[in-house]
Amino acid sequence: MGVMDLLKKTPINVSRRGFLAGAGSLVLATSLPSRPVRGQESEAGPDVPAFLELRPDGTAHLMSPWIEGGQGVYTAMAQIVGEELDLAPENFSVEIAPPGGPFGVMGGFRITGGSASTRSSYTLMRRLGASARAMLIEAAAQELGVEASELTTEPGQVVHSASGRKIGYGALAEAAMDMPVPADVALRDPADFRYIRSGTPRIDVRDKSTGKAQYSIDVEVEGMLLAAVRHAPRLGMAPSAVTNQSDIEAMRGVHSVHMLDGAVAVVADKFWQARKAIDAAEIEWTEGDAKWPMPADFSSRGFRDTLAGFTGDVVSVESEGDAAGTLDAAETVIEATYDAPYVVHGQLEPPSATARMNEDGSLDLWLPNQAPEQFVGRAAEAAGIDPSQVKLHSQMLGGFFGRHFLYETANPFPQAIALTQATGRPVKLIWTREEDFLRDAPRPLGLARFRATVGPEGPTALSIEAVGEGPTGRWYGAPAGKDPSATEGLSGKPYAIANKAIGQVYTDNPAVIGYWRAVGHSMHDFMYESFLDELAEAAGLDPFEMRLSLLSGSERHHTLLQTVGTLSGGWKAGTYEAEDGSTRARGVAMASPFGSEAATIAEVSIDGGEVKVHNIWTAIDPGQIVNPAVIEAQVQSATALGVSQTLAEELIYENGEPTARNFDLYSILRPDQMPEVHVEIVESGAEMGGVGEPGLPAVGPAIVNAVAALTGQRIRSLPLSKHSFG
Amino acid sequence: MQLTVNGTSHEVDVDPDTPLLWVIREELGLTGTKYGCGIAQCGACTVLVNGVATRSCVTPAESVAGQSISTIETVEETETGRRVVEAWVENQVPQCGYCQSGQVLAATALLTETPQPTDEDIEYAMTNLCRCGTYNKIRAAVRDASEA
Repeated sequence: MGVMDLLKKTPINVSRRGFLAGAGSLVLATSLPSRPVRGQESEAGPDVPAFLELRPDGTAHLMSPWIEGGQGVYTAMAQIVGEELDLAPENFSVEIAPPGGPFGVMGGFRITGGSASTRSSYTLMRRLGASARAMLIEAAAQELGVEASELTTEPGQVVHSASGRKIGYGALAEAAMDMPVPADVALRDPADFRYIRSGTPRIDVRDKSTGKAQYSIDVEVEGMLLAAVRHAPRLGMAPSAVTNQSDIEAMRGVHSVHMLDGAVAVVADKFWQARKAIDAAEIEWTEGDAKWPMPADFSSRGFRDTLAGFTGDVVSVESEGDAAGTLDAAETVIEATYDAPYVVHGQLEPPSATARMNEDGSLDLWLPNQAPEQFVGRAAEAAGIDPSQVKLHSQMLGGFFGRHFLYETANPFPQAIALTQATGRPVKLIWTREEDFLRDAPRPLGLARFRATVGPEGPTALSIEAVGEGPTGRWYGAPAGKDPSATEGLSGKPYAIANKAIGQVYTDNPAVIGYWRAVGHSMHDFMYESFLDELAEAAGLDPFEMRLSLLSGSERHHTLLQTVGTLSGGWKAGTYEAEDGSTRARGVAMASPFGSEAATIAEVSIDGGEVKVHNIWTAIDPGQIVNPAVIEAQVQSATALGVSQTLAEELIYENGEPTARNFDLYSILRPDQMPEVHVEIVESGAEMGGVGEPGLPAVGPAIVNAVAALTGQRIRSLPLSKHSFG
Repeated sequence: MQLTVNGTSHEVDVDPDTPLLWVIREELGLTGTKYGCGIAQCGACTVLVNGVATRSCVTPAESVAGQSISTIETVEETETGRRVVEAWVENQVPQCGYCQSGQVLAATALLTETPQPTDEDIEYAMTNLCRCGTYNKIRAAVRDASEA
C-alpha cells in the first residue's frame, strides 16, 4: 500500500507493520511530494467546469482544494489560475471545494497541511487556468467566425488582433464552458509572469477587517439548538451520573442533558444557557474505556524523565561513515540531552461543529477541518450512515496550526452528531476554551540524546537518538524509522559531518498527540542547532563561521547563511551594548523544513530576569515563489509562534490532567513580546517548497544560542520561562 | 433590559448576568464580535462601550444597559474607524482574521482618545492576542491610521 492510499483512509492506529511499503521517503503531511501525484496528471485536461465558474460579469469563481485559515492560499490559487487564464486575481472569488470528486487532488483526498498546498497543486492550477483560457478562445473563435489560432487574450478578454475586435470573458463564459477541455495546453513562460511572483494583496483582508468574515462558530442553521460539553478531567474517565440533573434541566432555556462518550452535554436554546447549565452540573466520573486513556499518575515532568532514561532499539534514520566507532575511539565525547514540552495549538477560534440529520437520512455538517475526505469517513461512522450521505461544509478557519486534523477525541463533530441524533434538531456544539485545552491534541513532548566529538575544524562524529513517538506514528501507523515527524530536524540537516548516526527509539506517548506548526521540526531543530553551537564552543570555533565551513559543499545553504548574515548587518559574535543601553548578543540557526530552507539570526537581551527578543532576521529559500507578500506574512507568523514556544509555552500534565485550561495559565506571545522581523526571500530556482511552516524551526535555536552567547547558560529544555537569568 | 447597540435600542430578555458577548452574538445576531477565551485574556470579544474598548465576554449585559455600545459591524461609521479599517487593509494585517474585529476596535478606541499616540500609548492600548502573530502589521497600521 502506498502512502497516498494510506492517507485516503480515515486515520486509525493501524499496525505499524507494512506501513509505507515501497513508498520510499515520501511520507505524509510532513513531507508530501511537491510534484503532482499520479492521477492529477491524467491524459485528459483538468476538470475545468468543476473547479472554475466563469461568470457573466467577467469574474471567476474558483473551488479551492485547500482551506483558508490565514495562510493566504485562496489568494495564491487566484494568482496561479489567473496567471494562465489571463484574469487578474482581484477578479476571483474563492471558496473551499466540497469533499471528493476531482478535488481530492492528492490522489482521491487532500489535506491542508505540511506546507504542501501550493507546491503540490501548482501545476494542476496552472493547467486549469490555461485550459479555461483555451476554452474561452475556442468560444470566441466560433462567435467571431475566425480560427482560434488568430486569437489571443488580454486580461479578461479575448482579442482578434487582425480586426481589432475584443470580447470580454463574461460574454463568452457560458459558451466557453460548453467547449471540450483541451487535453494539452501550453503554459506561460515564467519570464512573462504578471501575477505569480507578485505581492498580490490577499483577497479576504477587507472582510476580515470589518467583522464580515464567517467561521464555523458563526454558522446559523434554521431551528438549531446550542450545546456545551464538559469532558472528563482525565481522558479515559466516563460520566456515571449527573446528580443534579433535574435542576439542570429546569434551568432557563435548557432542552436536555446527555451522557456522551467521556463527556456530558447540555443542549439549550442559546449557547450561554447551555454553558451556564453545564458549569452547574455536578457530574460523577468513573473509569471508562478510551483508546488512549491517560494514566492517573501521568505527569509531563515524569514522562520527560522516562524518555531520558528509556533504552530500546535504535532504528536508523540516517547514517554516514562510522559514528559509533569514531565516538568509541574519541578522547572526548560531548553528550547532551535536549527536550521540548507539550504545546497546545491555541488557535483563537474555539472548536465547534454544527450537525443536522435530514429526513432522507443524510447528514449536514459545518465545521473546521484540514482533511475533508477523512472527516467524511469518520462522520459517516459516527452517524451510522454511508459516506455518500454526509454533506460536509468546511468553514474558514480561525487559525489552525495543525488543530483541525482528524484526531481521536480532539474534534467536536462526533458529539454534535450524537446530539442532533438524540434531539432530532440541528445542533451547534461549541467547545469552550477550557474544553479545547483539555482535549486538544498537543505537540508531543519530545526528547533527543546527543553524543559527538570534534576536531579543530568542527564536529567529526555525531550520534542522535530521538526518543518517543511522532504524530505520524500515532495517526498513520508509521513505524519507528519511517515516521519523519519523530525525527525531522534531527535528520535531513545539510552539514557535512563525516560520521553520523541518527535514529529513533520508539516508545508510546500517553497523550493524544497531534501535528503542531512545523511538526517535528518545531522542536528538533532547536535541539540540533543548539547542540551544534555546543560543538562549536568545544572546538573553539565561531558558530556562524563553523556552519559556513560545514556548508561549503552546498551552495544553496552557504548562500542562504551568508544572506541572513548580511541582512542582519553582518554576523556579530559575543556581547555588545545596544543604543538603548541594553547588553545584547546574537545566535544563529538553520532549518530545512517542508522543501524549503531557512536561516535565522536572533538578537536578545535579558530584561528583568527574562529573555527579551529584539530582532529576528530570516533568509528563506522556498525554491520558487508565488507571492512574496504572503511569504513575508507567513515568516512573520511562523516567527511569532517560534518565539512564543521558545519563551513561554508549555502544557504541563499532573495526575493525568493538563494544569492549564486557558490563556491565563498558558501564555501565548503577547504584542509587547513580538520582535521586529526582517525577512529576505531567496529564490534559488530549486523545486518549490512550502512557506507556511518553514519560518518557524530556526527561530527557537537562534534565540537559545543567543541566550548562551549572552549569559553563558546553555538551555537544553524549553521553554525559557522556566529558567532564571540573572 | 434595554441595550443600545450600534445606535439602536433593543429590548432583550436574558438573565442579567449573561455576558454582553453572548447577547450581541445570540440575541442580536451580530457575529463579528468573537468568543476566544471567555476570561478577558485575548480580546477577540472587544466592543466599544461609550467609546472605550471593553472585553464583552466578562461584561454582564446588565452592567451596560442604557450605555452606548458599538460593535465591529458599524466601525466604518466613524471617521476614525474608517481610517483604521483602511490602514488594516493597506497593511494587509489580518491572517486568519479571527482576532481582528477586536484589534480594529481597540485601535479605533485608542485613536479616538489619542489621535497621535506614542509607541508607549500603542503598547498600552493594543494588548489583544493574535495567534497568527500579526503584531508588527498591527503596530504599523495603527501608526498609519494615526498619521492620516
